[in-house]
Amino acid sequence: MDYQNIFTRVQVRGPAYAGVAPTDVGAFPRSKDSLFFYWAGKLGDAQIGPIYLGYTGIASLVCGIIAFEIIGLNMLASVNWDFVQFIRQLFWLGLEPPAPKYGLSIPPLAEGGWWLMAGMFLTASIMLWWLRMYRRARQLGMGTHVAWAFAAAIWLYLVLGFIRPILMGSWSEAVPFGIFPHLDWTAAFSIRYGNLFYNPFHALSIVFLYGSVLLFAMHAATILAVGRYGGEREIEQIVDRGTASERAALFWRWTMGFNATMESIHRWAWWFAVLCPLTGGIGILLTGTVVDNWYLWAVNHGVAPAYPMPVPAVLDPAMTGGAR
Amino acid sequence: MSSLMFHARKKALLLGALLAAGLVAGCEFPPQESTQSGYRGTGMSQITNKAKAEAIAFANSIPEVQPEADETGPKASEVYQNVKVLGHLSEGQFLRVMSAMTEWVAPEQGCAYCHNVENMADDSMYTKIVSRRMIEMTRTINTTWKPHVAETGVTCYTCHRGQPVPANIWFSQKDHIAAGSAADNKGHNTPAPNASYSSLPRDAFTPLLASAGQIRVIGKDALSTDAPGESIATTERTYSLMMHMSTGLGVNCTFCHNTRAFAEWDQSPPQRVTAWHGIRMVQGLNATYLEPLKSTYPTARLGPEGDAPKANCATCHQGVSKPLGGVSMLKDYIKELSAPPR
Repeated sequence: MDYQNIFTRVQVRGPAYAGVAPTDVGAFPRSKDSLFFYWAGKLGDAQIGPIYLGYTGIASLVCGIIAFEIIGLNMLASVNWDFVQFIRQLFWLGLEPPAPKYGLSIPPLAEGGWWLMAGMFLTASIMLWWLRMYRRARQLGMGTHVAWAFAAAIWLYLVLGFIRPILMGSWSEAVPFGIFPHLDWTAAFSIRYGNLFYNPFHALSIVFLYGSVLLFAMHAATILAVGRYGGEREIEQIVDRGTASERAALFWRWTMGFNATMESIHRWAWWFAVLCPLTGGIGILLTGTVVDNWYLWAVNHGVAPAYPMPVPAVLDPAMTGGAR
Repeated sequence: MSSLMFHARKKALLLGALLAAGLVAGCEFPPQESTQSGYRGTGMSQITNKAKAEAIAFANSIPEVQPEADETGPKASEVYQNVKVLGHLSEGQFLRVMSAMTEWVAPEQGCAYCHNVENMADDSMYTKIVSRRMIEMTRTINTTWKPHVAETGVTCYTCHRGQPVPANIWFSQKDHIAAGSAADNKGHNTPAPNASYSSLPRDAFTPLLASAGQIRVIGKDALSTDAPGESIATTERTYSLMMHMSTGLGVNCTFCHNTRAFAEWDQSPPQRVTAWHGIRMVQGLNATYLEPLKSTYPTARLGPEGDAPKANCATCHQGVSKPLGGVSMLKDYIKELSAPPR
């Protein structure tokens, strides 16, 4: 059955396909060779390569590796260069931003200078990778949708680590590097600013996050389900609807009265994915700069519901004066 | 080929099982019980584990009360020399509380843990000086800190539980672990036993409990003002202290807070007020009684940074919201361990 479907898990091994050669190669041309990797074929195409990095790709990798090394070696130093402890405590280890007293100045290396440097190289790496992505798309005559979707994620990254700290006047407001450290930061950030769940842009971001998951599941399931009728040829079916398209459309009209089209579903998905970090970034940007306590903000705007509390009401003992 | 595939599948299954086991290895064995403690739908509940109840009950069993002593007769200060804080008791009451203290604090070592048995009045042992100060501290708790300890009060046993050094004490910890120009981890980013093994600051006690510290970090107004608010760094410090309180008392955040608005008192259960007094009590005890004993202790009893052992919430609570299950041992020793008659 598998081989009758173009949506196939059968791995057919022909000669490697090199594709269109890039025309703007400089000192770093595309690699000559390709190889086949069985397990990669389980996930996508088994063919790996040929690889083209170019100036931007190589510069991005170099910057990325520098950032990775700064973070990793500082983590290793924090356990006194003990590799066993490095592995054991890996999820706990981190690289902290400067203390509040340094503001936006450049602190000594041990006091956050390494963090600033790692952030600089990581940002350079990400920006160069974005440029590479944009230029590869243009070179292939494609639209630049992927690059702009990536830019939406970069926006959130820059808000968290660069734009908001500058508006707050302190690098200490930025996120530390590290698995648990950045999660602790997130929880502390929400607590400090009176519960981020009352931030409407955070709420929108969650809508688009979960919405993306829902759309992805609906779309992937629909296409897999009509694969036996050639449904994976989505783009052709935008102009030439076949039975797969008809059945998929009918299925959704029957189940929820409305259907996206072979074309529009991809715009739905793209916008949901892109709006998730865009709205999230706005929410972070407003936190501490405009709004200091999202719960109180929500009370003022009728967002936070009131419900019965224990009687008698609890008072702040620091305010009542009767207490020591 | 098919047998190769079979082995690969078996290996993948085994690996998957190992990973799954690793993921839940840190979890508490079920069943947990959830008790609603606030308005429906608000997540106000306390999670308890029945399997732990027996161990908790055993750890909090109460020692037998010493037989009642004769209140009449000459005062301890008249019968014995150098009786400074218990001199107002009768000889019988004095010996009774001495026996109780031995059982509570040094049951194996006996009188000789604090006294020179050749001359009981001798003040040469540091343990005796510390005990005398601890009796004064116990009285202060039982008289001036009733908003926290109520009429239940405390005795030596509340903290000591039959050990000369209470199980839950704390010392200041060095901020910086790494050497050279490597980044200072500012006392975080290593498993912190005092903060539920999170990567939060390992020592929130020195800034927040050694004396009055800045615990409140949440914005007081809806909108930002020109006044600089508390930083994320100080927030993580408070967060670390709160994790200690949660594990030290064996309760969830929702025992004292409505987690939708941690700062708001009008959203909080009344337990938060008791805890507020408890924090002030611990700050006061550490600053007035415990840290000043630094010069009395031998070096071996001091922490790595040379400070005296100090108290936090777990020192008395030891994992339960009411120490010793809320049983008052003080009521049997009220004359001895509450304020002396003026």
